[in-house]
Amino acid sequence: MSQNSADKVDQTSTTKKTISLPVSRVRLIMKSSPDVSSINQDALFLTTKATELFVQHLALSSFNNGSGKESNTLSYSDLAHTAEETETFHFLTDILPKKILARDYLKSLEEMQEEDADF
Amino acid sequence: MAERPEDLNLPNAVITRIIKEALPDGVNVSKEARRAISQAASVFVLYATSCANNFAMKAKRKTLNAGDVLAAMEEMEFERFMEPLKEALEVYKKGQKGKKEVSEQKRKDKEKKADSENDKSREEEEEEEEERMEEEPEAENEAEEEEEEVEN
Repeated sequence: MSQNSADKVDQTSTTKKTISLPVSRVRLIMKSSPDVSSINQDALFLTTKATELFVQHLALSSFNNGSGKESNTLSYSDLAHTAEETETFHFLTDILPKKILARDYLKSLEEMQEEDADF
Repeated sequence: MAERPEDLNLPNAVITRIIKEALPDGVNVSKEARRAISQAASVFVLYATSCANNFAMKAKRKTLNAGDVLAAMEEMEFERFMEPLKEALEVYKKGQKGKKEVSEQKRKDKEKKADSENDKSREEEEEEEEERMEEEPEAENEAEEEEEEVEN
């Protein structure tokens, strides 16, 4: 925190209650995209706010559609399920893959190889 | 710039708090689920940035602006975020304007009185001013949460 300029401190106190995620980190993630050259303050604020809404939306829909409602838990499989079943969350399927047992995977691998052998 | 991969993660404590705020009281969120949501959030930022950047490029602009981000939300089919985002932006802009006025006032005050005793009372005034400005965004957040619950 020591490297924070006075300007940055100013900015955090203004946005204290509207957004809770650090804008500096969000800017870093945005800038890691190779095509992006610059981002104005409003765009950065909106992306940060949108990310918070997204986190809430993802958590709530996964919980509501998930299996852990009785036990009052939100688990990984609920999230993976949401990513697969909900259109708007489809872009997450790569980072939220459904977990399968190794023996099921080996079985499907074997089946695929057999199919290949058929040709 | 991001030097380590961890630099692209969002802070766990904040993510956990946001999740807790969204879910009913007493829901347990597994560590794995929290990590997954955090990663999903980073991917969301990248996806939104890339969409927004496409809009900026189409318009031959180099700087991403608020309109690009809102257009990206629409393209990503997160229209449900549009209204809360627009409202939050209003509050944010007001806050920034207020901040400017405060610093303007501070500058004027400084010109008027230079002795240290007045310095103290000025600090107190500033604190009050800050508190007053923060009330608004808070009310905004509450309204949003209510909306969210009704929708679902």
